[in-house]
Amino acid sequence: MTTVDKPSMGFGRMHRKEDARFIRGRGTYVDDVRLPGMLHGAVLRSPFAHARIVSIDTRAAEAHPKVKAVITGKTLEGLKLAWMPTLSYDTQAVLATDKVRFQGQEVAFVVAEDKYSARDALELIDVEYEPLPAVVDARRALDPDAPVIRDDKENQNGNHIFDWTAGDKAATDAAFARAEVVVKQDVLYPRVHPAPLETCGALADFDKVTGKLTMWCNTQAPHAHRTVYALVAGLPEHKIRVISPDIGGGFGNKVPIYPGYVCAIVGSIVTGKPVKWMEDRSENLMSTGFARDYHMSGEVAATRDGKITAVRVKVIADHGAFNGTAQPTKYPAGFFHVFTGSYDLEAAHCEVTGVYTNKAPGGVAYACSFRITEAAYLIERLVDVLAFDLGMDPAQLRMKNLLRAEQFPYSSPTGWEYDSGDYPRALQLALDMVGYDEIRREQAAVRERWAAGDRSGTLPGVGISFFTEAVGAGPRKHMDILGLGMADGAELRVHPTGKAVLRISVQSQGQGHETTYAQIVAHELGIPPDDIEVVHGDTDQTPFGLGTYGSRSTPVSGAATAVVARKVRERARLVASAMLEVSADDLEWDGAGRWVVRGSTEQGRTIQEIALAAHSSLELPDGVEGHLDATTVYNPPNLTFPFGAYVCVVDVDPGTGQVKVRRFVAVDDCGVRINPTIVEGQVHGGLADGIGMALMQLIAFDEDGNCLGASFMDYLLPTSVECPSWELGETVTPSPHHPIGAKGVGESATVGSPAAVVNAVVDALKPYGVRHADMPLTPAQVWRVIQGSPLRTDLAIT
Amino acid sequence: MQVPAHFEYERATSVDHAITLLARWGSEARVVAGGHSLIPMMKLRLARPEALIDINELAELVYIRLADGVLRVGAMTRHAELLANPVVGEHYPIFHDAERVIADPIVRNRGTVGGSLCQADPSEDLSAAFAAVDALAVVRGPGGERTVPIREFHIGPYETVVEPGELLTEIRVPVRPGGSSAYEKVERRVGDWAVAAAGAAVWLDGDTIADAGVGLTAVGADHFCSPAAEAVLRGAPATEETFAAAGRAAAESCRPSADQRGPVDYKRHLAGELTVRALRRAVARARGQEA
Amino acid sequence: MTTRITVTVNGEEHTAEVEPRTLLVHFLRDQLGLTGTHWGCDTSNCGVCTVTLDGTPVKSCTVLAVMAHNHSVGTVEGLERDGKLDPVQQGFVECHGLQCGFCTPGMMLTARWLLDNNPDPSETEIREAISGQSCRCTGYENIVRSVQWAARQEVTR
Repeated sequence: MTTVDKPSMGFGRMHRKEDARFIRGRGTYVDDVRLPGMLHGAVLRSPFAHARIVSIDTRAAEAHPKVKAVITGKTLEGLKLAWMPTLSYDTQAVLATDKVRFQGQEVAFVVAEDKYSARDALELIDVEYEPLPAVVDARRALDPDAPVIRDDKENQNGNHIFDWTAGDKAATDAAFARAEVVVKQDVLYPRVHPAPLETCGALADFDKVTGKLTMWCNTQAPHAHRTVYALVAGLPEHKIRVISPDIGGGFGNKVPIYPGYVCAIVGSIVTGKPVKWMEDRSENLMSTGFARDYHMSGEVAATRDGKITAVRVKVIADHGAFNGTAQPTKYPAGFFHVFTGSYDLEAAHCEVTGVYTNKAPGGVAYACSFRITEAAYLIERLVDVLAFDLGMDPAQLRMKNLLRAEQFPYSSPTGWEYDSGDYPRALQLALDMVGYDEIRREQAAVRERWAAGDRSGTLPGVGISFFTEAVGAGPRKHMDILGLGMADGAELRVHPTGKAVLRISVQSQGQGHETTYAQIVAHELGIPPDDIEVVHGDTDQTPFGLGTYGSRSTPVSGAATAVVARKVRERARLVASAMLEVSADDLEWDGAGRWVVRGSTEQGRTIQEIALAAHSSLELPDGVEGHLDATTVYNPPNLTFPFGAYVCVVDVDPGTGQVKVRRFVAVDDCGVRINPTIVEGQVHGGLADGIGMALMQLIAFDEDGNCLGASFMDYLLPTSVECPSWELGETVTPSPHHPIGAKGVGESATVGSPAAVVNAVVDALKPYGVRHADMPLTPAQVWRVIQGSPLRTDLAIT
Repeated sequence: MQVPAHFEYERATSVDHAITLLARWGSEARVVAGGHSLIPMMKLRLARPEALIDINELAELVYIRLADGVLRVGAMTRHAELLANPVVGEHYPIFHDAERVIADPIVRNRGTVGGSLCQADPSEDLSAAFAAVDALAVVRGPGGERTVPIREFHIGPYETVVEPGELLTEIRVPVRPGGSSAYEKVERRVGDWAVAAAGAAVWLDGDTIADAGVGLTAVGADHFCSPAAEAVLRGAPATEETFAAAGRAAAESCRPSADQRGPVDYKRHLAGELTVRALRRAVARARGQEA
Repeated sequence: MTTRITVTVNGEEHTAEVEPRTLLVHFLRDQLGLTGTHWGCDTSNCGVCTVTLDGTPVKSCTVLAVMAHNHSVGTVEGLERDGKLDPVQQGFVECHGLQCGFCTPGMMLTARWLLDNNPDPSETEIREAISGQSCRCTGYENIVRSVQWAARQEVTR
């Protein structure tokens, strides 16, 4: 197999430009950055989930010969930095002053000459705690006797954060009242963690003379970080430079600002030296942006023959000890209200209640497209429950209810406008690829043998998931984070020799932006991708924008890139008209890098010739100052709505509870594919996430709030052995409003795949009468489900 | 940042040198072999030895030999070497079964047979496998060498009979004709510690089980074995009914505790189920019906 | 407090003073500046710190630098020889075997070791060989294909 079918120009498969450094070990990740005189920081963390701090004695640590500074909440209080704003208008302790509110919370920060000494000095800090009762289960957080976690906040008498609703309650209730069939299921999407292989970290370098702070940090959103630092630390924004170098995976984990970053800045200010802080793995899993933790209760109203009419959902959302979720301001539950999924409904309504618990803050991270993972999982589980109760085939039930191609653009009952789609075609393709009927026949034979009493061997199961994503946040009128509209800038400079530099606001964590963005420019201008340098991840060198998460890069920044390239192209047209001494109206773009005279295509000028002319002594027409360079800010008119049909085949060993994923077919439609190889890679990774979340990944806690998923020994990531060889298919339904017809795809597979795996396992266990099973489906959980306990009531046991 | 606390480092150049070093440092020293259990514990500072005595250079403890009806495995033999050894596979496939599911290939390149046994983790796989085949441990100290039946080697979680000043040097397994063996493990994911696992060794006399060994791990079985299951098996016909009875005995004889890998009743169920499966496979192998 | 060690890294001998507790991964990264070797988990689970020790892959977060004294270590920086990429490196480029690049050095070293010992591995053998190394980006599919690409390249050469 060769992965290259169009190596030179525009869209198509091409090798990644960034690979040359990575395969030589020459990437530059934040921990690879070294500065002269650099010191190292380490964070002391709370061993308790909830405790009052009685005293902190740092004298012994300060006496350590290699320690340069010990910073506590008290130090920060003096600088008014003990608390910082979260991305959801809440506050979060940088270093605890009054209480610790989750196990692993930051209590003190040591700065030392080397990292081993920093670690050693942590042991020399003596903290006296007075433990308090903890609440770790969101369902208990609103109990009258639950301990109040946020007693630092005025008028906060309980653990309630928000109530939020979407949809038409009256219409939904009416549809349920009329319904022939109503099914109900409690569904837990448990707490998981994105766990990028590179942990979070930063290197802060404050120059006292210039007053400039340079912050190397593996952030997915360098510009947003800069603005927040300006707000938090009171540093003028033009004196802050955030450099996000190569990032070893993000998946949402690297969106927020973490206390360690602020401590590194303070450490640098205090010592006058650069201070590096890198989390270890336990710190990463215990304290940084977790995901999910949604306790959902869903109901479906339908006719007896399987037409779904309405969906009603109630959610308790566990936001941890500080509401640090990174959602657009108007949407405290993110885009969860896309939970009507891919189906044509009369009405829908959801109520989401956010609560505090004694667990780490966060709640948007992990490739969820702002809570669409939860929404997609819920609706796809509910549809299977309906199929179970009606005795219908889940594929047929979906076909019956999917939106039809002619319904697009489609206004959903919860307020979305889906841009484009052809759902039945994608589902049919997935069913054909997997050989659905054949697998059902095989399954029927096994079940017959099973019913006859032969219980040897494994039970096959087939699970389907059809998802609709909503990505590319977003129209700034509706979407902002901390008041920053979710638009992104792009700048394109074309040098005299026709080589180009594109500067973008988004930041790759492995998505291959240096390649695909060059391809977009190549597609628009006919400059070979290798002649285009893509600059990103440095706030001093790139235009403002909100960064890479929520699958927003291609829908927003990709669009900005196409738009800025078209601006350059139009400018080139004017220059070409001067060169050719014809009216600009008489020129047409040949689609391959030349402006040509209409009707006389041999007469024309290449973009490279035009670039040189634009810098030359040529008399330029009105409207061109010289050069071709252009800038833009793209404010998307709508989100893009990628979708897909996934089918998973599993074999379950009921004697042990072990699940083997035999096959996984994924048909994705993300509109126009800039580089199909990269799109497929994005899908592959998300599918592995689906296996991980469905079968093994869980951040569990015991009743006292001790985190039981604090290392990779207990927070299990799927390996190459659990993953099958993915079978991918595609349909292409361009987005009508995106300049190149593309949609986001980074999170599609993470959103769509968990339901397919869980549905497959539940389907396999049908002979036991199993209708639902909560994730993750570890061997023990499968066994418990077989014994008749499908719900995870005890969060401690995985 | 997870790094060990300070310690003194000694590199042993021979077994005798190691014994000398152990005598010098006393109970404050720990022996390090592959280090894949000890070093993570030291990074978490759950283990803080004053000195580490590194025995990685002791080539004299790296061997797998079959002579006079005894399979001898040197304590510094890496897991990968045990897995790759054809003589082991021929006589005791249980070790290849077990090694395939111990940690991962890279860890197996470094971790050692002796290190695994001495760490005495209650979920360790080889402990159950060696218990099933009734191995002997050879321990050397300043006073010379002594042998300990493997079923007396472990005296509790993370505790063995190896005294401060002593070194495990070899494991001996008697090789007897007419038998075979197998190991069955359930793990949450490849590379994880066992939720539960069972090893079985059987010797057949026609269709009768002449002798049998049953090893269990991660289920709180005393000394990683189930004499009750073995008693059921000895002299019984090699049938599904016998396996099931042995499985029930194994399940009853263990004392699992609940943790993130599963509740007590599930682990007990697995002890029985995996015992049955291991017996089924061991017998099939002994009959030449399965590799 | 420190001890002197001599380690051959990618064919070049290095003598250095280290604390006995210095982990091999930190020795390579911080003392020798070979930052192509990454660290990811502290518990020898994720395998991004994989290097070779006397030709055999090990997880360098769980090996002490002193243990490498008088031994030879191989890192990603040593894969390219005389300006020529190893077929494994080429395979990762050809088959999009990497995204963020963080697991890539360790994956490539294990792949090189696998092919040295088993020039024509099956897909299952490749998957088993890399099963102690996590990748969060690729779902492993294109890593497997990259190794297969390299194997084909070497078999036909």
